Amino acid sequence: MSDLPKARIATASLAGCFGCHMAILDIDERLIELMKLVEVDRSPLTDIKRFTKRCDIGIIEGGCCNEENVHVLRDFRRHCDVLIAIGQCAIMGGLPAMRNAIMHSDDPLRECLEEAYISGKYIRNTTHSIPNDPALPLLLDEVYPCSEVVEIDYNIPGCAPTGDVIYDTLSGLLTGRFHGFEREEIRFD
Amino acid sequence: MSGSDFTFEIDGVEITARSGQTIMEAADEAGVYIPRLCDHEGLRHQGSCRVCTVKAGGRSVAACTQPAAPGLKVENETPHITKLRRDLVEMLFHEGNHLCPICEASGNCELQAMAYRLDMTGPTRFPYLEPSRGVDASHPDIALDTNRCISCGRCIRASQDVDHKGVFGYVGRGIHRRLAVNGSDLAHTDAAITDDAISKDVCPVGCIIRKGVGFTTPIGEREFDKGLIGHEIEGKRDE
Repeated sequence: MSDLPKARIATASLAGCFGCHMAILDIDERLIELMKLVEVDRSPLTDIKRFTKRCDIGIIEGGCCNEENVHVLRDFRRHCDVLIAIGQCAIMGGLPAMRNAIMHSDDPLRECLEEAYISGKYIRNTTHSIPNDPALPLLLDEVYPCSEVVEIDYNIPGCAPTGDVIYDTLSGLLTGRFHGFEREEIRFD
Repeated sequence: MSGSDFTFEIDGVEITARSGQTIMEAADEAGVYIPRLCDHEGLRHQGSCRVCTVKAGGRSVAACTQPAAPGLKVENETPHITKLRRDLVEMLFHEGNHLCPICEASGNCELQAMAYRLDMTGPTRFPYLEPSRGVDASHPDIALDTNRCISCGRCIRASQDVDHKGVFGYVGRGIHRRLAVNGSDLAHTDAAITDDAISKDVCPVGCIIRKGVGFTTPIGEREFDKGLIGHEIEGKRDE
């Protein structure tokens, strides 16, 4: 196995909380075994911001809540052979998608931002304005699961998934032995 | 086996039933689990969630209401029926706002546990309806978050038949059918924390919330963290 070239892995956190990246670290000492099989390309773990090469596996945490998320996700799809959505946010929108349920009024995004920055009961915003710096990525009308933006090959459910599930899935995929999850290890929390 | 007992088959396993028993009642006694959401032990059968759909004599029927019959051949856990059940459960997830990571019922939730059992891991082709529903926290001991309601009617039947109160009821028809309380809000009903309808096993999801006890058992040590839904019934078979 050591003669094989190492697989390249990239990761990104979109509209998520970084909990799934923390869960990747929950693999603990098995990370040493895993690192014998992989090299990490673009990832918050390496602080590499752009793809240096084509990658075998891309791991996406979080759904898409703004245009930057969509750009990053499409970039991952272009540069990765296999794309994995990790965690409930990437799979179905997760907590950020809570805002979708209030998106039924005539001007939903404005209402949402006004409540968050101006009219909310517990807001102390001395500028009395909604942040609109051009550097800020534009918010999307809704929060979208990754699968609604690009094709996703595998989903690892959980909030966050356990280190065990992540390790089993990754090592299974890397050695060609992944055949889905045991029903007992599926969790949405 | 007394005079009125008879046998029928579920997935090739011979099941003994008494006359008047439904397919599900006989299956439960024999240790064969048929998935269900709207049916609950001690309440009258409703047959509305259709998760317990089986093929009996080639026809799709709700196992909780269909009487068992001598010689009946029932299909329960075939790939086709499991797919139908998964579609039904997925539609329930898409119809309300079911956010497991923030729900205090996570781990005790039968809807979630059914999704685990039916292997619902990925996104689906259905659109999320994402309805906008309020939370009724007016009662000092109870809160009602109908974002998580699956309209199973278990609280309605428990309140009517066990508590003899009628705190809960349906309003609207078709996709607009909703759970409602018999009053301006929950505080203006005669609901009490001691009601059977409020007890922790009646609501299968996190819609009826008993205040102050939500996290006495931590996530990860809850009912369906110990095993798949139905494992207790299936355990009877090995005895």
